[in-house]
Amino acid sequence: MQSEVTVLFAGDSGDGIQLIGNAFAQKSAEAGHSVSTFSDFPAEIRAPQGTVPGVSGFKLQFGGESVYTAGDKADVLVVMNAAAYKKYAGHLKPDGILIANESGFDGRNLALAGYDNGAEPLAEARASQRVISVDIKKNVQAALLELPLGTAEKNRTKNMYVLGLLAWMYQRPAQDFEKYIQEKLAKSKNVLEANQMAFRAGYGLAETMELAAFKTEVSRATPAPGVYRTLVGNQAVALALMVAAKKANRPLFFAGYPITPASDILHELARHRNSDCLTFQAEDEIAAAVAALGAAFGGSLAATASSGPGISLKSEALGFAVTLELPLVVINVQRGGPSTGLPTKTEQSDLMQALYGRHGEAQMPVLAARSATDAFETVFLAAKIALEAMTPVMVLSDGYISNSAEAWLIPSEDELPSIAPPMVDGTPADGNPFEPFVRDAFGVRPWACPGQEGLEHRIGGLEKEKNTGNISYDPANHEEMVMARAAKVQAATRFYSPTQTDSGNNSGDLLVVGWGGTYGSIKAVVEKLQGKHYSIEHVHLRHIHPLPEDFGNILRGFKRVVVAELNHGQLVNLIRSTYLIDAHRLTKIQGQPFEEAELKSALKTHLQAIQHG
Amino acid sequence: MANPRDYASDQEVRWCPGCGDYSVLKQFHTVLAHLELPRHKTVVVSGIGCSSRLPYYVNTFGVHSIHGRATAFVTGLVLARPDLDVWIVTGDGDALSIGGNHLIHLLRRNVKAPILLFNNEIYGLTKGQVSPTSPEGQVSKSSPDGALGSPFMPPALALGAGASFVARAMDRDPEHLRLMMIRAHEHSGSAFLEIYQNCNVFNDGAFHLFTEKESRAHHSVYLTHGQPLLFGIENSMGIRLDGFTPRTVNLSDGYSHDDLWIHDEKDPIKAHLLARMHQEIRPFGVLYAENRPSFQSLAQNLSSDKKAESIEQLLQGSRTWIQSE
Repeated sequence: MQSEVTVLFAGDSGDGIQLIGNAFAQKSAEAGHSVSTFSDFPAEIRAPQGTVPGVSGFKLQFGGESVYTAGDKADVLVVMNAAAYKKYAGHLKPDGILIANESGFDGRNLALAGYDNGAEPLAEARASQRVISVDIKKNVQAALLELPLGTAEKNRTKNMYVLGLLAWMYQRPAQDFEKYIQEKLAKSKNVLEANQMAFRAGYGLAETMELAAFKTEVSRATPAPGVYRTLVGNQAVALALMVAAKKANRPLFFAGYPITPASDILHELARHRNSDCLTFQAEDEIAAAVAALGAAFGGSLAATASSGPGISLKSEALGFAVTLELPLVVINVQRGGPSTGLPTKTEQSDLMQALYGRHGEAQMPVLAARSATDAFETVFLAAKIALEAMTPVMVLSDGYISNSAEAWLIPSEDELPSIAPPMVDGTPADGNPFEPFVRDAFGVRPWACPGQEGLEHRIGGLEKEKNTGNISYDPANHEEMVMARAAKVQAATRFYSPTQTDSGNNSGDLLVVGWGGTYGSIKAVVEKLQGKHYSIEHVHLRHIHPLPEDFGNILRGFKRVVVAELNHGQLVNLIRSTYLIDAHRLTKIQGQPFEEAELKSALKTHLQAIQHG
Repeated sequence: MANPRDYASDQEVRWCPGCGDYSVLKQFHTVLAHLELPRHKTVVVSGIGCSSRLPYYVNTFGVHSIHGRATAFVTGLVLARPDLDVWIVTGDGDALSIGGNHLIHLLRRNVKAPILLFNNEIYGLTKGQVSPTSPEGQVSKSSPDGALGSPFMPPALALGAGASFVARAMDRDPEHLRLMMIRAHEHSGSAFLEIYQNCNVFNDGAFHLFTEKESRAHHSVYLTHGQPLLFGIENSMGIRLDGFTPRTVNLSDGYSHDDLWIHDEKDPIKAHLLARMHQEIRPFGVLYAENRPSFQSLAQNLSSDKKAESIEQLLQGSRTWIQSE
C-alpha cells in the first residue's frame, strides 16, 4: 500500500490533458483520497503543436492524510508526445512509471520537440525506468472503427484512453468514470460514445496486457463525514466574496482587468452575475479599483483582483480607500516579478508591496491564503474585516493556489461567521449635520450611503477634520487622523483566531515560519522530520498585518527560527525588525514551489547547527 | 422651484476672486433647485483640480476623488446604484490628460451622468502649466518657449469616443449655461458639457473672444435645433455648408436663412464638422444628442434576468459528493 501517489499528465495543449486530470482528481476525491492538484499551462496561448512551449501539464497527488500539495517528483508520468516527455522527464522519480503514447514519438514529433536526428528517448528511458508504451492513436482508431466519425475526431479521444488505463491501475470502477464522461460530454451522442469507447479500450488494455505489476493500492484518507465539492483557488476567492456579501446583506460589486493568473476570479463571478453580484471589466487596473470604491460608497461589498503589476497601478486608489475609510477587498494573485516577469509561475514577492506599496501613512490589513480551500476562509474573513472595520484589506494568493484544486467540506450557512457592517440607521437628532468620521470603540466610522435622507455628506482625498469629515489642514488634526486610521487597523486583531503551530508545540529547537501557498510543502517536510524525532515545528501565518499578538511568544519559544518563502526574503525581514530576533531566511526564486528534498536538506542543516550550537 | 441656497453647503468657497468657477457653481445650485432634485439622492463626484473642489460646496452627497478618476468612480457607483442622480465635475487636465482613458470609456459605454468639464486651458491648482487644451505655442511655467503639439478639441474627442451628447457653454453666459446643464441632465446617457471657464490668475482671457460682450456676437454661434447657424450683430452673419466645408457669409450679400446650415443635433456627421470649428468662430449649445440605452440600464437588464442564488446554492455549486462515516 502506497501512502500517496503523484501523477503528472502532460501532452499538447489540444490533447485534453486538463479534462482527464480533473476527472481523475474528482474521482480520486470521491473515492475517499485526499487530493491536491495543480495545472501548469503554457504561457503562450497556442504554441505550435508538438513543440515544448505547447505542452500543457496537470499534476495531482492523492492518497491518505499526508497529502498537502500536488506533490513534487511524480510516481507516474503520462506523456502524449515527445515534447511533453522532454519538458517533464526530469519530474519523474528514478523508480517512477512512464506511460508514453508511442505515436507521439515518431520522427516528426521528435523533430518538433527538438530532439536530434536518431534520438530515441523512450529507449533510453526503458533502460532505467519502468515504461508502458502504447500506440494510443492506433488503438483508439481500431476501437472506434465502427463509429461514423472522422480520423481527427477519433484521435481526440486519446486522452480518454489514458484515463481508462489509469483508472484500472488504481482500481477504480469503470462505471464511475463512464458516468462522469457522460455528464461532461452529453451534448453530442457520437462524441460521447467515442469517448466512452476509448475509455473502455484503455481500461481493457490494462486488464489484458500484463499490467498487473503496475496495479497499485493507495491509502485513503479518513475525511470528516459530510458533503464535499472541489474548489480551485481562484474559484474559492470568488465564492467567498459572494457568500460574504450575502452574509453582510450587501450586494457584491467586483471590478477587474484581465491579468494572469487573477482573471479566473472575474470569470467565475461573471458566470454568477445577477442583481446581487455585479461584475465590471474595467478599462484598466486603476479604473477597476476606483470603480470598486465608487460601488463601496454606494453601499456594496466592493472587491477587485489583480496580480503584482496591476496592484502597482491600483496603489494610488488604495491610498484613497485608506483615507475614505470605505470597505474594499483587494486580491493579489502573485506571480513571478518584477514587471511582466513570469506571468504563469508562482512567487511570493509582493509581500512588501502589500504592506508598504502606497504613499503616505496608509496601513491596511494584509492576509495570505495558504491553499485553495483556505482561500475561501481567508477571503471571507478579509471581507468581514473590510466591512466591519471600514477599511481596504489586501489578500495575497499566488499562482500556485490560483490553479490548484482541493476537496472541500462544504460548511453550512450557520457555521459561517456573521458580518455586520456599521450601517447608519435613521438621521441625526435635531437636524444636526451628519458626521461621517465619528468613531466607535474600535475606531470604526459609520457607513452612510447616498439615498439615505439627512445623511448627505462629502468625502474626499484631502485630509479630513475628525468627526465632521470637512477639509482640514490643521497639523494636529492630521496627526490625530493618521493615528486613528492606524489604530483602527491594529484593532483588526480582534477578528483573529489564536495562532497555532501545526503540531501544537510552542517550544523546541527549530520553528519554520511560512505564509501563503508554501503551506503544504513545508508541512509535509516538517512532519517527516518530526517522524525522525527532530525537534521541529511549523507555523503558517494568515495575518501578515497586523501581526497576531500571540505570534511573538511562539517565535521566542524556539532556539532558532527559519522563514521559508518564495522570494528573496520579505517576511523574514518583517519578523527580524518587528521582534528583534535573528530569524534565518530560506528562499527560492525560480517561479516554482519548494521541493521536498531541497526543503528537507536546508532544514536539516539548521537542525544540525542547533545541535552543534 | 426649490431655493438654490438649500443646495449650498456650509463650507466657505475658496476659489481666487474673479474665478469663472463661481459662476458655474452658482448656476449649478440654481439648476439643482430648478430640477428640485432630492439632495439625498444626488451625488456630485469630481477629480482633482480647482474645479474639482465644487462637490464640497454642494449640500448633497459628494466625493472629491483622485486625479482623473471621477469618471471611473462614477461608473462603479452608478452600476451599483442606478437609482441615484450622479454628476461629474472635472477640468481639462483632470478629464483629458490624466483621466483621458476613463473618460473615453465612460463615453463609449454611455454611462448616464452629466459631465461638467471646466475648460480653462491651463493647470491652475498647480500654478500654471500647459494643459492638453492649451493652444500650440502657449507660454507657461512648464513651456517657457511655447507649448508643442496640437491641443485637444474636447467636443471632437468626445464624439470620437462615441459620446451620445456633446454640448458647449461658457461661464460668462449664465442663462445659456443653466439651459445646457438642464439638457445634460435630461439626457439618457453620458452628457459631455464643455464649459469655457476663465482662469483670471494663470490664463486670463483665454476665451475672451467668445465670452466678452464686445466680441461674443462676432465669434460665438449659438446652436438651436432646426434653426440656421447665425451670429454677428443682430444675426447679420451666417454659416453655410459648401460640401463639407463651413463658410461664413454675410446675409446682406443676398443670402437667406434657407441658404444656411440648418442645425440638426441628431446628425452625427455634421456634429463632427461643428466640433472641429476650433478657429475664431466657435459653436455653443448642443452639438450632438443621440438617444441610446445607458450603460447602467443595460447592466440592470442583464442582471434582472437572472435569479439570485442563495448562500446554500452558492456553497454547494454544481457537483458535490457525500463522505459517509
